[in-house]
Amino acid sequence: MNAMTSTDAPALDISGLRKSFGKAEIIRGIDLSIGKGERHAVIGPNGAGKSTLFNLITARFAPTSGTVKLHGKDLAGLQPFQINRMGLSRSFQITNIFPAMSVFENVRCALLWSHGYKYSFWNMVGRSRDLTEGADRILEQINLTSRRDLPAGVLSYAEQRALEIGITIAGGADVIMLDEPTAGMSHSETDYIMDLIRTVTVGKTLIMVEHDMGVVFGLADRISVLVYGEIIATGKPEEVRGDARVQEAYLGAALEAEH
Amino acid sequence: MELILVNVIDGLVTGLLLFMLSAGLTLIFSMMGVLNFAHASFYMLGAYFAYQISLALGFWMGLLLAPLIVGVLGAGVERYGLRRVHQYGHVPELIFTFGLALLIEELVQFIWGKNQMPYDIPDILNFTAFSIAGNSIPAYKIFMIFISVAIFIGLLYILTRTRVGMIIQAALSYPRTVEALGHNVPLIFMGVFGVGTALAGVAGVIAGPVLGTFPGMAFVLGSIVFVTIVIGGLGSLWGALVASLLIGWLTTFAKSYNIEMSNILNGIGIVTPSNLEDNIFRDLWTVTSPQIADILPYILMVLILIFRPAGLFGKRHT
Amino acid sequence: MSDLKHTDIEDGTEQITTDPTDAREKMRAGSMTYTLMPWIVGAVLLVIMPFIFTSNSALTIMNQMWITVVFALSYNMLLGQGGMLSFGHAVYAGVGGFAAMHIMNASDFFASFPLPVLPLFAGLFGMGLALIVGSFSTRNAGTVFAMISLGVGELIAACSVIIVAFFGGEEGISGDRTYAMPFFGNEFLQQIDVYYLTSFWVLLSAVLMYLWSRTPVGRMANAVRDNPERAEFLGYSARWVRFYSFVASGFFAGIAGGLFAINYEILTEENLNTASSGVILLVTFLGGVGFFFGPIIGAVVFTLVQTVLSLQTELWAFYAGVLFLATVMFFPGGLAGLIMMHVPAFKTGRAGTLVMPYIKTLLPAAVGVLAVSALVEMTFHVRHAATGDYDMTLFWTTFNSHSLLPWIIAIAVAVLAFWITRRNMPELRAAWATANTAREGTV
Repeated sequence: MNAMTSTDAPALDISGLRKSFGKAEIIRGIDLSIGKGERHAVIGPNGAGKSTLFNLITARFAPTSGTVKLHGKDLAGLQPFQINRMGLSRSFQITNIFPAMSVFENVRCALLWSHGYKYSFWNMVGRSRDLTEGADRILEQINLTSRRDLPAGVLSYAEQRALEIGITIAGGADVIMLDEPTAGMSHSETDYIMDLIRTVTVGKTLIMVEHDMGVVFGLADRISVLVYGEIIATGKPEEVRGDARVQEAYLGAALEAEH
Repeated sequence: MELILVNVIDGLVTGLLLFMLSAGLTLIFSMMGVLNFAHASFYMLGAYFAYQISLALGFWMGLLLAPLIVGVLGAGVERYGLRRVHQYGHVPELIFTFGLALLIEELVQFIWGKNQMPYDIPDILNFTAFSIAGNSIPAYKIFMIFISVAIFIGLLYILTRTRVGMIIQAALSYPRTVEALGHNVPLIFMGVFGVGTALAGVAGVIAGPVLGTFPGMAFVLGSIVFVTIVIGGLGSLWGALVASLLIGWLTTFAKSYNIEMSNILNGIGIVTPSNLEDNIFRDLWTVTSPQIADILPYILMVLILIFRPAGLFGKRHT
Repeated sequence: MSDLKHTDIEDGTEQITTDPTDAREKMRAGSMTYTLMPWIVGAVLLVIMPFIFTSNSALTIMNQMWITVVFALSYNMLLGQGGMLSFGHAVYAGVGGFAAMHIMNASDFFASFPLPVLPLFAGLFGMGLALIVGSFSTRNAGTVFAMISLGVGELIAACSVIIVAFFGGEEGISGDRTYAMPFFGNEFLQQIDVYYLTSFWVLLSAVLMYLWSRTPVGRMANAVRDNPERAEFLGYSARWVRFYSFVASGFFAGIAGGLFAINYEILTEENLNTASSGVILLVTFLGGVGFFFGPIIGAVVFTLVQTVLSLQTELWAFYAGVLFLATVMFFPGGLAGLIMMHVPAFKTGRAGTLVMPYIKTLLPAAVGVLAVSALVEMTFHVRHAATGDYDMTLFWTTFNSHSLLPWIIAIAVAVLAFWITRRNMPELRAAWATANTAREGTV
């Protein structure tokens, strides 16, 4: 738990969050506070409501009740771009990049707003050294320099996921949310992406949704376990792993899957 | 009072005619997510085919055969055109149907020329059904209402009461699942496209003698049909019905009552400027309702899209 | 801070004087001159064209071509760059043109400035209308945007017969460009003067539109087109990005309208209606929406085809429709896409191997198409010529369209030509494959 000592409001503060789709209540009252600089993982079996929680935080869905606060400010009713400007950036579970644009262009687009260009039509992006250098620096970080000028759509799956992470961190947001960044990856690819996440999120608040506890074990400062729309345990990885209810939830899910 | 009744009947005829087009268009839209710009062109083809057939076999064979031919053509367009363009995305699909509309108009001119065809009401229906306060109501109008309502009921029955209808409805929402259940979804899509265009064909057959059979007929009605389904809410069959009738009555009443804009403006307390000739708004003051009857649907659509973007019956999903 | 640095290198020379040891920097300096080349070539072409084609009718055609270029480029700002399909783009050009016409007729005001400034006013009027319409139409792209554009287009076109004061009703409004303040003594009486005025604006507009595509908002237009949701999570409102593109597009469409007003000195309902909007969609798509220069090619080719074909046959619109539909179905990248397909082969120097296979397939295919069009023309003649008029002239031969022989010849030629095309097709495919696999090997 590094940097938890800062006296300001927590990076993300969720209280009493509920969400129903029709009669089905998917998120059943979540309270969670994530400090600045913390690396927090939300894990849970399939269908636990992880992605729904994620979409509630980033205002893709409106909550039925409860609040989500980013740096102490309520996010209710804000548009995605407004939330992004407040310093929260997210990735998507399904790869969500600009496939027709070059890899470099993808990253550069992600830099534009944070570099203060807004909707300007009197600047040439190609002429701006800081944009070009900034984008190239990020490409180096995500090891895609050799793919710089290829259309993003032709990259391999793992490379596209890396690019997605690059786009997510490029804008310099201090709260990074990653939705199952290793979904559908092989073991070695997973290790590669997790290393990448570790290096690019240094000094930032990271909230990550994962299916598999093992993946986030070495990375997360704290882990929350989400089962049927409720957080059944939050704590340090070792604590969570030893928790009886967590064991039950995961083993139960595994048994169900066998039938 | 009697005049109102006459207008109600006239508006109903127009509205139901619109509905026959908008129903097919809506079905196709909810199925493929693309607006078939050429839909009214199939309506035109219906009228022309029926005319050609009626020369040899009479009106009734035209009514029977023309929609069938149009439906087969429509299914062919889906199978060999749209399905190919589908891979490029929705915008090319829309552009494709737009191009098709242009081409069909040119094709019709190529075959039948630019003049109106002498396609007339059959003699057997060419009499006055009844009259209301001196206004005679032709039997053909009653016939049109009858056909439209019959088709609407038939459609409703097929969609809600038969197995085929169930499969179609399911395929609209969950194409993958329905395919996994062993149904040939591409075939269903092709069938729905064929039926939708055949409906437009029927509308063409019965509207041709009244509204005229000429190369511009698709264009005249085409954009109104789009407006209709946008107002009703894209993909909503009930919305299409309500919007069709609404537009039918709106335009009919606007045409038959000569309301001047100056009356309305005076009515809400704005005084007519004394030197109207020099006023830049003079055209606005002298506008009458028959003049703007044809653009009322567009005004309505723009208003709807501003204040209720999903349309009257549309689901809000954006 | 970063903004300061940014404006420092705005003049372009900075690129070359920066650290020459940086390889990438040098490469970009090189690409800078490389991207300037097409513009210089274009400018030179614009200047010398009237010396090659000197007749007045050629000037008229070229003027029409250049105006269409501006119009199509402005349309592609929506369709190609922003992913917005508009069925009512003509109204922005039209309203700009009508406004220009009214300025021409406001003699005192018109006499106070030179004619070459007029398109700017027209552009501002087009932009003004786009501001109003864009405020509600850019909320969505896709089908809803297309429908609003159609509705607004129809509405304004229909207004032209109602609001007679502005649109002049059925006969439209006309004016006289020569009432403007003389521009260095020039009153634009000659067609050639108008040509250079048009050329100037075409070049300026094209450069500006190209530069627009390189600005932050221009780049984000592409991002929003490809993936609006992702763009929103990068801090940009998809709606505002669309709105800015829409307004800019309206401005350049207005300029095209202003140039039209100067050229023809009359505007009617035809400049506004859906048919005109459809034509510009056709032109742009034919040229190719995926590349900046696509609409330019489209405008040039379409204007030529229209001019040449409409002199030869009554059925030119039919052929244009077939061409358009074939483009949508088989070459969605348009002419520009076809050209760019060959870039890899050129880069590896293998393009030469394609020439013979192309001749072997495209030549018979062209003959086949001509034979089919002959059949179409003959059918048309048989159906629509005045009774008793059996003689028709086609490909410089006069014959009886009701006799069997020409039909047999046309059918035979068509069948033979397509058979040869088909037979030589595998050769072309093989050549294509080798020309392009060579590239895979070297990269």
